This record gives sequence, C-alpha cells and structure tokens, in this order.
Amino acid sequence: MGTTTSGTVLAARDISKRFGGVQALDSVTLEIQAGDVRCLAGENGCGKSTLIKILSGVEVPDAGEIEIGGTVRARMSPADALRAGIQVIYQDFSLFPNLTVAENIALTPLIAHRRKLIDPRDVRARAAAVVAELGVRLDVDATVEELTVADRQLTAICRALAEQARVLFMDEPTTALTQREVRALFRVVQTLRERGVATVFVSHKLDEVLEISQHVTVMRNGAVVASGRVEEFDRMSLARAMTGRDVRDQRDVPSLDGTARPVLSVEGLGLDGAFEDVTFDLRPGEILGITGLLGSGRSEIAEALFGVTPAQRGRVEVGGEQVDIRGIDDAVAAGIGYVPSDRLTEGLFLDQSIADNVVAGSLDLHRARSGLLDRARLARTIDTFFAALRIKAPSVAAPIRSLSGGNQQRVVLAKWLARGPRVLVLNSPTVGVDVGSKEEILDILRREAGRGTGVIVVSDDIPELVSVCHRVLVVRRGRIHQVVGGERVTEDSILGGLSA
Amino acid sequence: MNRWVNRLRGRNNEGVLALTILVVVTAMTLVNPDFFTVSTLFGILRNSLVETVFALGVLIVIISGGIDVSFPVIGIFAGYTTIVIAQGGGSDPGVLGALLVAVVIGSLLGLVNGGLIARFGLPTLIVTLGTQGVFRGVLLAYIGSKYIAELPASIAQLSTTDLFVVQQGPVAARLHVFVVPVVLLCLAVHWLLQRTMFGRGVYALGSDAESARRAGFPVARLQLAIYALVGLLAGIAGIAHVTLSRNANPYELAGTELDIIAAVVLGGASILGGRGSVLGTVLGVVLIAVIKNSLILMGVPGTWQRAAVGVLLVAGVSIQALGARRKAARRRAVELEEARA
Repeated sequence: MGTTTSGTVLAARDISKRFGGVQALDSVTLEIQAGDVRCLAGENGCGKSTLIKILSGVEVPDAGEIEIGGTVRARMSPADALRAGIQVIYQDFSLFPNLTVAENIALTPLIAHRRKLIDPRDVRARAAAVVAELGVRLDVDATVEELTVADRQLTAICRALAEQARVLFMDEPTTALTQREVRALFRVVQTLRERGVATVFVSHKLDEVLEISQHVTVMRNGAVVASGRVEEFDRMSLARAMTGRDVRDQRDVPSLDGTARPVLSVEGLGLDGAFEDVTFDLRPGEILGITGLLGSGRSEIAEALFGVTPAQRGRVEVGGEQVDIRGIDDAVAAGIGYVPSDRLTEGLFLDQSIADNVVAGSLDLHRARSGLLDRARLARTIDTFFAALRIKAPSVAAPIRSLSGGNQQRVVLAKWLARGPRVLVLNSPTVGVDVGSKEEILDILRREAGRGTGVIVVSDDIPELVSVCHRVLVVRRGRIHQVVGGERVTEDSILGGLSA
Repeated sequence: MNRWVNRLRGRNNEGVLALTILVVVTAMTLVNPDFFTVSTLFGILRNSLVETVFALGVLIVIISGGIDVSFPVIGIFAGYTTIVIAQGGGSDPGVLGALLVAVVIGSLLGLVNGGLIARFGLPTLIVTLGTQGVFRGVLLAYIGSKYIAELPASIAQLSTTDLFVVQQGPVAARLHVFVVPVVLLCLAVHWLLQRTMFGRGVYALGSDAESARRAGFPVARLQLAIYALVGLLAGIAGIAHVTLSRNANPYELAGTELDIIAAVVLGGASILGGRGSVLGTVLGVVLIAVIKNSLILMGVPGTWQRAAVGVLLVAGVSIQALGARRKAARRRAVELEEARA
C-alpha cells in the first residue's frame, strides 16, 4: 500500500519497574510508528524482556504511562493489550501443544472478543483463512506438538495475524531457524510492514539487526542508551552501545603444541536420531568449538561425551586409552568434566553456599587416609578457586542463589576445575552472562587450556567461538559438516558452514 | 492402514480401553458363564453411576493440570447435610429441592478450594488434602456423625425407581433411573469441554499455564470456576450416592478418591494436564467397575481390590509416560528428517 500511515501506534513513556532489589527498568521511553520495523537490542538482562512484558500487559509498571492509539493508560491486562493490537511472539512461542493448529491460531482473538461458545468449524475456517492469507503451508488440523520448530513459529505468527495486530513483538525469532527460514520470515515482515503493522525484533544478533530494521533502540542496564535510524549505527557503535565499552572482537588463542598426542580421540560416534559418524581429535591445550543450529545435534554430542545420553556407536579414547562411556560416572572417572547449558537446574545446588558447590564434584579427592573428609584441604581448594576465578561475593559462605549469572557460571567452572579434568566440555558457557563476565570466563578457559587441559566449547555464539577457539566443528543434521581451523576461523566462514 | 489404526485408537487411547474392556468381559465369560448376563451389566452400570459423576469433575480438574482429592468428602458432606437439613425442616424438600441444596453446598466447598488455589497460587494437591481434612472434621463435629436410615419420602421413593426391569428367570435385572441424568451430565460436560471457551480454557491451562495467561485467558477466574464445578459435580454425586444406598452415612465415600482418579487416568487424561476426554473417562470408570466385579466373582478378597486399583493407576500412568517418551523420540527423528530434506 505504500502509504505510510503515519502516527504513533504505541508509546511507552518513563516506564520504571523494580523486582526486589533490582531496578529492571529505569524511566524507559519507546515510541513505535505504524509500519515501523524496529530492533530492540541489548545484552541479556538489559531489561528488554521486562519491557515487552509490560507492553503486553503481563507485568504492571511501577511508574510511567502507555499510550496505544491515542488512549493513555497506567496499566493494562493481557487481554487489554491484545484488544489494542499488541502481539508478542515469545521465544518459546507460547503455544498450546495439546491443541490443534487451528485452535492455537483462532482461540486468542475469540477470547479477546469475550466469546463464550466455540464452533470447531468456525475455528478451523478462521485459521485456514489466516494461513492462506500469509501464503504458507500449514496443516491446521495437526496438534502443535506434532510440528517442527519452524512450523510452530509459523503457527505463532498466524495467531498474531488472526487478531488485528498493530504492533508485533518477536523475541529472538531467528534462533532456531535455518538461513532459508529466516529469509521467509523477513518476507513475512515485509508484508506486514506494507499493511502498516509495526514489527519489533528483540535480538542481540547484530547482523540481523542491521539487515532488517529501519530503527534501532539499544537498552543497557534497564535504560535506553541509544535510539535512531539504522543508518546511524554500524557494528562497532551498536556493540559499544549494548556493552558500554569497546568490545574486544579479535582472536586471542593460546599457543598450541601441534605434536602432542591427542588427549581425547573420538571416532565414528553415533546416536540414533541425534548424530552420526562424529570423528575428531582434541590435543592437550586445544580449545575446540562445536557449533550448529538448534537441533543440529551439537548439544547431543556434548551430552554423549559426558554420558548424559550415551552414544550407541563409536570409540572414545582419553589420553590414549579407550573408555566406554555408558553413564556420567564413566565420563568423570575418565577425567571428563561437563558444564551444562542450564546451570541453574543441572549444574548447581542453588541454596547451598559457594564453598559447598565448589567442592561438590570432588569430595572423593579430598579424603584423608581415615576415609573422612580432609577439612583443611577442602578449605584450601575452596579458597584457591574463589580467588583464582575472582568470584564476586561477600564470602565463600554466600548462597549461590544470591550471585549473578556470571558468578554462578564461575562456580560451576570451579566445581569441575577442582577435579583437574583432562577434558572440559562446556555447553553454551556464556548464555545469560553479562559481557564483562563473559570475557573473564573466556579468559579462564584460555588459562585452563594453557595448563594442558583439552577444552570443548559448544555454542551458537559465533563471535565467542572466533575469539577463543583453535578449531571449530560445524555440525549440520547430526554430522560434522565442516572443520574450520587456524587462520580460517572467522565469523563469515562459520556462518557459511551453518546453513545451506 | 496406519490412519485407520490411529482413528480407532482415538486421541486418548479410548479404542485401546474399549478393547481392554471387551477382552476382560470375554475372558470372564469364558471362565464363568454367569458373568455375561443383563443383571451383571445393570449391576456394573449401577455401581458406576456415582463414580462417573465424581469422575467428570476429576476429569475437568486433571485436564486443567491440577488435582483434587477432596471431592469424595465434598460429596458426602453435601449429601449428608442435605438429608440433615431435610429432616430438620420437617417437610420433604422433594427431589429437586434436595438436589439444589446439595449442589449449592458442593459448589461452596469447591469455591473454598478454588479460592485458595487461585488467590494464593498454592499447589492443588496440598490445598485439597488440607481442605479434605477440614471439611470432614466440620461434617462430623458440627453437622452429624450418626447414620441416618430414614430418608425423606420423595428421595426414598426415587431410590427404588427403575428405568426398566428385565425378568431373567428367577431374578429381575433392574436398571436404575439415574442412568438418564448421568448420561445427560456426561453429554453436558463433553459439550462444556469441547464447545465453550471455558472448556478450551481448561485444556489451555493444563497445556501451559503461562501461555494461557499470555493468551488472555482469565486464569484465576478459570481456576475458581474449575474447582467450584468439581464441588458442584461432587454435590450431585453425593446426593446420588445417598439416594442409591438408601441411607446417609457420613463415614462413607471418604477414601474412594483412589478409584476415581485411577479411572480418569486410565481413561487417558494426562496427570500433567491438557489431555483427556469424557468418553475415555466413562470407559475408565467402566473398566475399573468390570475388573472389580470380576475379582468378586473370582472370589478375590475385598482387600485385594484396592491393591488391584492401585496397580491399574500405576499402569495407567506408566503407559502415558512410555507413550510420551516414544512420541518425543519420533518427533526428534522427524525433525532431523525434515532438516535433511
């Protein structure tokens, strides 16, 4: 239609919100015009998510006002927000897995209209109309739990369109998509724009931000720190706005003795439905990256090495000796350590102290001759790692729950380093960790590799891999698609390998 | 072929249940020809009436992702109190009057559960375990602990009203008139779950509570309504129980929650929420009734029946868990396939 239906569709002014002792949002202002494509960028924990929750009525702000289509309100319910045309597609899509695609698409608008009765034929017809309008292929009679990730996202988008969406928020929409699916998504956004629907991407992936958006708003520590047309930003200035400092982007990998015998040797590893024919060597002191799209099998390989879901085929050698990894115990005994991606549920005892967590994985190594625990030696170990990893807490007695994400991750690392592992596998080690801590965690990995430990980093954070890894394995559809090593470890070469 | 099998199996394994019932009935008939008679059939149906009404309430709460263990106590509370009120009032309230009183009492007690759960976001099992004790205490301490043998005339008359009687040699097989309202109730709950926004909200809530909130379902109001409805159905079941047993005993029903929850879970309702159907639930109730009946005919002591029901409950849950695991594995394979394509 081209006519820029000018005017502000959504304005949030001076929004503040506190959670306990944390100021999540501090007087944030955001204005969105009809047909705008805006990127809301910022590191994890900068307040993006809280802002969206407030704009969609899920959270109530402590102060500030929200103006939608000329009406000013201090608070609103989720139903109010939906009626006003505000739609959020969350990262988890917020679909109902047990209901059909048709119901997922058509029910929400009916709730907003306070409908009491449901006619399945009506629901199906409404859903089919939306699917046809968007020109996508989607079986409206299937239940959502049967769908692939991409189709679930399509369902979520269709649901947003089924209501007269005026502003569409999309939280990290590209994380689980292939390059081709991302293109398709951008086309959909273009269609929306022509109809005057504003789209707000929430993302921390810089390249996407620059490619699709017209406007950029950058948040940091609960406040808007930069806002403007996309042309006013480049990679460096965006990164600076997001992190508040110049980001070290270049490679810094410790030197490596190429002649040493591999500390870990994997040959023909396979697990049905997950990965196949995985073969690689890891030298002492080497940092090896494993990357791939969500569902490519990258995490499953790490979990197989640690025996969480053991592989069905293949050979694993640690320090030249073959080990049969059938469970976590086998992996630990062989000298393999694993930092899981979900540290809160898999890596830590949240209510216990730092001290207890640090030694939780190595109690057997701290036994005196009598068989009892050697308290003095335990205390030494705890103090050593508390200082070496620079864990920021009043004392080692502080409970884990009270620490920031970055410090929690250091405790998980300390737990494994206390065992002195020969191979350390880390799954998404810096997710949910602030930028400063991220650099320090990467430094810890470099230091550990310098001591001769073999380190494997499983991650989808490409710049992080480029910054720290000697080599990167790119996994696609469960197989090692490409090995990028030495000088060729750049973001472009890895991204090229990720998707067709 | 595969499609047909899936159709027959049903979304919640209703087909498998029907088949199981058929197998048990056939086996019992082969062992003991006396089993396959109209009188056994009517007997099983009669014994299933009260349980079916309770089970409908439990079905709703289980689909919503919660659990209620206070419903048998609510049922007997409502049923017994109604009779006490009727006797105290001196005049016969009539069948509809009694029903109305029981429904109001049941709903109010259910609202207590719903209020605690919705207002404070407490775990449903703990809340209903607690209120179960409170309701029972109040019933026995303040309303009465005596067995009442004399029901009001209208109710006493209803208790011996049959829909029809089949003469089979020396014995008469009687089908109680309550079959009619119970069937209507099943249809009503089915309609409520499938065709109303409330019903879809119950499924949505059990499927993913956070998503339901984001989608604009009034979650707190839904929960309040769900537990009030469980109370309402329990009230109906309570007065029906009193009527069918032709006396009011405040010590009865408590402890039957295991049978009913087992029936609902066997009927395909997922204890994790979001899944279940009225048809499956009715089949589950019938299956448990058939199995209990068979055990009696085989001369298995009554104490073992509870164990049998317990085994069935565990079996039902295990089948669900296995099915979910298989499904997850299949989906992972499909996603990998599609990524390869």
